Formats: sequence, C-alpha cells, structure tokens
Amino acid sequence: MKHDILLISPQDNVGVALADIPRGGKARISTGERVEAVDDIPYSHKMALQDIRAGEPVRKYGEEIGRAQTDIPRGSWVHTHNLKTGEQ
Amino acid sequence: MAGHTFRGFIRPDGSAGIRNHIAVIPTVSCAAGVAANIARAAPPAVPLLHGHGCGRALEITMHHQVLAGLGRNPNVAAALVVGLGCETVQASSVAGEIAKTGKPCELLVIQEQGGSRKTTEKGIEIVSRFQKDAQALRRSECPVSRIVLGLECGGSDAFSGITANPAVGLASDWLVGCGGTVVLTETTEMIGTEHILSRRSAGPEVAERVEQVISQARRRTHDILGPLASCVIAPGNMDGGLSSIREKSLGCIVKGGGTAVTQVVDYGQAPAKKGLVIMDGPGYDMESLAGLAAAGCQLIVFTTGRGTPAGFPLVPVIKVASTGRLYELMEDDMDIDAGGVLDGGSLEDIARDLRTLAVEVMNGGPTKAERNDQNGVVCLAAMTPAF
Repeated sequence: MKHDILLISPQDNVGVALADIPRGGKARISTGERVEAVDDIPYSHKMALQDIRAGEPVRKYGEEIGRAQTDIPRGSWVHTHNLKTGEQ
Repeated sequence: MAGHTFRGFIRPDGSAGIRNHIAVIPTVSCAAGVAANIARAAPPAVPLLHGHGCGRALEITMHHQVLAGLGRNPNVAAALVVGLGCETVQASSVAGEIAKTGKPCELLVIQEQGGSRKTTEKGIEIVSRFQKDAQALRRSECPVSRIVLGLECGGSDAFSGITANPAVGLASDWLVGCGGTVVLTETTEMIGTEHILSRRSAGPEVAERVEQVISQARRRTHDILGPLASCVIAPGNMDGGLSSIREKSLGCIVKGGGTAVTQVVDYGQAPAKKGLVIMDGPGYDMESLAGLAAAGCQLIVFTTGRGTPAGFPLVPVIKVASTGRLYELMEDDMDIDAGGVLDGGSLEDIARDLRTLAVEVMNGGPTKAERNDQNGVVCLAAMTPAF
C-alpha cells in the first residue's frame, strides 16, 4: 500500500514525507502505522514518529542527526527550528 | 549468506574478473593516439585514453599507481602499455607493476620503436595475440566474496538519499555479509560524518585515518573555494528538508550500508581488507569511477537523481535511478528504478532487484552503459596545476 512517510532505518525516530501532509492529516508510515500530523509537513521534510524530549537525539539513517531543541511531540515537523545540529 | 556465487575469469593472482578485456594503456596522453589506433584496429580491445602522465610533479606516484591499477584490475585479461619514452610516469614501471599479477602484459615505447606507425603495427600484433589467448579462457564458479564493489553517486536529487542510496546500502551489507568488499568514496560527500564513520571503524588507526581524510576534504574545500565553500558543503544549498550537512552526507554514505569501516585507502589504491573500505577521493563522478576501477573494483553501482549515461571502459557500471520519473526519462541509461519506494515499495524490494541484476552482470550480462558503448575518456584525479 502507498505510504506518505518513509522510515529509512528501524532505529529512526523521524520519517521523510513523500507528499505534503497538512496539519491534522493521518499520515501512513511505511511500517503500516498511522500518525496524525500536528504541523504541516512539507514534501521531503521530516516528521517525528515518536515523542522526542528536549535534548534527546533525533535519528535518521540509524544515526544521530542532532538533538531536539525543544520537546517535539509525535507528528511534528522536524527541521532547523527544533533540531540542534551543532554545526555552523 | 554463504553459497552465493558467480561465474568469473580466474586470473593468475587468484582474483576473479567479471569481464575479459584486453586493455591498451597509454602512460601519457602523448601516446593516446597510438593506443587508440591499436585498439581501433583490433576490436574489442579497450583503449584507456586519458589526459595525464607528465607535466605534474605531485601526481607522478598517484597516476603511476592508478594506471598500473587499471591494468591490474581483474576484468583485464591482458594489457599492452604504450609509452612515449620521455614522460614522467614511466611506462616500463607501469608495465612491471601489471606483470606482477602474472597476467600477460607487454610494453611498447614509441620513441624506441621508431615512431607511431611502427608502434601501432607491433601493437596490433600483440593485441591480436592477447585476444586469441583470452578467448580460450572460460568462466568458472566463484564465491561473491571475490567481488570488490565500487559505489558512486552523481547528479543527486532530493530522493537519492531516501530511495536509491539506502537501497544500495542494503545490497552493500549483503555483499559484506557474504565476505566481499565494498568501496565507498567521494570524501567531500562525507563531510559532517567524521565522528560517525570513525565510531564505525574497525580500530583506532582506521578511525584516525577516517577523521583525517574527511577533515582534509573539509579544509581543502574551504581553502580553495573560500566563501563559495558553502555552495558545496552547506545544507541551505540543498534544502528540501535537510537540516544539516551531516544529514546530507549521511544520505550519501548510506550507500555503504551499516558495517564497520575496515580500511581507508588512497585514490586508486587496492584494498587489502574485506568489508567496507573508504577510498579517499574527489566527488567528481568521472574521476571517482577511474579511482574505483584502479582500486580493483570489478563492478560499480552508481546512483543518480538527474541521470547520466556514464560508464567505464573496463568495469560494468549499474545505474540506479532515484525516481520512476528519471527511470522513464532516461530508460536507455538506467538499470534499476529505486522510485518504487515512493509508491509503497520497500527498500528491501529495490535491494533485491539490485542484487539479482548485480549477479547477472557478474555472470556477463551487459549493463545499459555497456549496451550503449559508454567507454569514454578516463578521467584521473589531479590536485595541482601542471608545470
């Protein structure tokens, strides 16, 4: 079945949107799960698939891509506004 | 994982070729015309035409190693080295390195043979003899652990890192699991992942080397490009959801899968270890392909989002398209469509298609680039100006 969010590695806590997902939309994850978007998730951007607390690692490709700057509830858009990457 | 095999040509040094080419290798571009004429008169000999071999100081050793490495590649049954005579990369030394593998290798030096026509005539004689001998060679059963697979990505798009590259990563893990070797290169595209790759290294020396080559690439990019460096290594340049350069680079290195990095080799240097090996090299596709071939890769997998017809004269190159749209647009050149991931397919499905095709190609099945005779110029990396 067609999914809207791709989970790249099973260890990841964010997935990649394969379509624009409006706030309130029930996104279908490649694992079969459904997660309600709490923000607008732009196409090819990341969505939190779990609640991520401030300071916790954000994982994509099975690796840490940065730390949550604030509490990030499941279904949120994850990008530079709430993800601290530690890079200039 | 054991039991996966292909039918290859066993070379005298024990390596296994998946092609049975006769290579004609000019050591300097001044000899390229003669090498081309020899190969043209004796098809299907493969001329490895390039623009280097002299005039540079710092690349002598590297280019020597790369040209010898191309001749040593297991896909080469026999090699003819054609030198001019006064070039800095000496033909006799390149031929000597190739001959150490035990495969037939001969040398012609144009200034000693008395010019281009005499050299060409002798070359045609030699190559024709090589061909007769090579035709008598037969494929035999080999474990896939004998394969050294090169990885390349070029003309990436927003999907390369989520479709084609992760699918290739699963295939890389499979090959490493079978005891084979995977070579990940393009150091520029590893910037930001130093600590990840060093943590995944097989020991402290490998880890140190990993950090060293990646920070060198970062420094070089800043030194040469100055403020323009951010065009190469900034996430803003590739937004579309990427939050950091590390995330962008992770989308590149995922091609190598998730196993430990066992060794770091220089551009064109053959790995001594099995498993996932990093080759320090440029991000320019065509130079990467030459480096991978010189390192002894018998097969290359090339992921692309924009599409490219490029192949390599000695080594089959399997092209993996990041989207169905690209696959349809350039079906002439694309071997695998990874875009199914966007339509509900799984990364495992794509990886399985790729493994099946890879074994077919190992057994002699042609890639699209081979069908299209994509045997263009060999691009050798160079870091300094000519003198």
